[in-house]
Amino acid sequence: MALEIYLDLFSQPCRSVYIFAKKNNISFEFNKVSLFEGEQYGERFGNINQVRKVPAIKDGDFCLSESTAIMKYMAEKFQTPDHWYPADLKKRARVNEYLSWQHMNVRMHGAKMFWLKLMIPKMGVEVPKEKMDGALEDLNNSLNLIEEKFLQDKPFIAGEQISLADLVAIVEVMQPVGAGLDVFKGRPKLRTWQERVRTEIGPELFDEAHERILGAEEMAKTMDDSMLQAFKPKILRFFM
Amino acid sequence: MDLEIYLDLISQPCRSVYIFAKTNNIPFELKKVCLFEGEQYGEAFAKINMVRKAPAIKDGDFCLSESIAILTYMAEKFQTPDHWYPADLKKRARVNEYLSWQHMNVRMHGCKVFWLRLMIPKLMGVEVSKENMDMALEDLNQSLNIIEEKFIQDKPFIAGEHISMADLVAIAEIMQPVGSGLDVFEGRPKLSAWQERVQAEIGPELFDEAHQGILGSQEVVRTMDSSKLEKFKLKPLYM
Repeated sequence: MALEIYLDLFSQPCRSVYIFAKKNNISFEFNKVSLFEGEQYGERFGNINQVRKVPAIKDGDFCLSESTAIMKYMAEKFQTPDHWYPADLKKRARVNEYLSWQHMNVRMHGAKMFWLKLMIPKMGVEVPKEKMDGALEDLNNSLNLIEEKFLQDKPFIAGEQISLADLVAIVEVMQPVGAGLDVFKGRPKLRTWQERVRTEIGPELFDEAHERILGAEEMAKTMDDSMLQAFKPKILRFFM
Repeated sequence: MDLEIYLDLISQPCRSVYIFAKTNNIPFELKKVCLFEGEQYGEAFAKINMVRKAPAIKDGDFCLSESIAILTYMAEKFQTPDHWYPADLKKRARVNEYLSWQHMNVRMHGCKVFWLRLMIPKLMGVEVSKENMDMALEDLNQSLNIIEEKFIQDKPFIAGEHISMADLVAIAEIMQPVGSGLDVFEGRPKLSAWQERVQAEIGPELFDEAHQGILGSQEVVRTMDSSKLEKFKLKPLYM
């Protein structure tokens, strides 16, 4: 029985899990959970993850959520190359440090920018300039830290080779790009790191994984508003 | 040279690191970083962690931040008993799952309730709207529901039969809103029983010592100089 992975490539943590599995030739069954159609709230998915979040996996009877837990599980189970999650104590600590820090920083601020810039206006709600400026400042602070603390002068976060940290970082950094924000503008260090990561992953796989998010602006133009209305209270509460 | 641990026990992740180190008899030098005095913004601490957050450690030349990274580093380096971070693939995955989930859930909501109930009104003299408070409490309650229904279920601890880092990190966060006078265990016998088990496993003396600061918050706030908090930018995160 193949590993089942439940995901929607719209979501950042889904992209990192997808890329990791494909890059490492881990065989899996792709189970699409269309977030904007609310499929995460269906009964079927409730049996996989009662928290109703993607990504999630089902490996035999074992269900697991949270992308970083999933990738560490896959790394161990499928014995992926060491550089993804180095056995070396200090290198692994650096990866873990990033994976922990990113939740309340680049992940949160990147997601917020995506919603404030693209989706919330689409819901017919005006975003005050002050909120937008605040969100942009927070995102910029996170990107500064990625450059100055996590990358510094190294090619990748853990050092000479790509790891889970870079994978998790890149998918979050790409989210606001989907809303039309050029996060790499004026950031040569971040840009060259992004190019390095895309090369290591493989441009074809990277582009395939990011096709949906980079098509978000187009999708938003033709999207059925009523679908978004169901999410409106939750989204406004979280981001506004 | 001993491991240096930079912390302030008013902070949840500092408590889990402190308890872990003490309960495992890991020798360390405690370096207090008084958060309400803004010591994290000083030059000395910047060399330890440029993000200016506690906890942080310095092990020889190696500096590390983020409690979860620190806990797993210590577990590996000092070869702590397996149950803290089990080698078993699925048990470890359960611990990792909790450690990841908690950031944007119980940690965020517990922290917010602490600030909205205590720090913002009592110390900063700013009124918190009933709407904001109700929403924050609702979010915290949902997180506590998930802890009970998804993470603990019918098990004694999150990973199963034995205490792990997941329980340590969970308890430290859950105690934060308690410091603001909110009884999070009221009407929650499962959570209450779990808390008692965790406390017993850690050792009541160590547990109480680690939580003395946060549980004395209401008293501290009464006598605190509120001007010290001006440097904290309380962004839309809380209001």
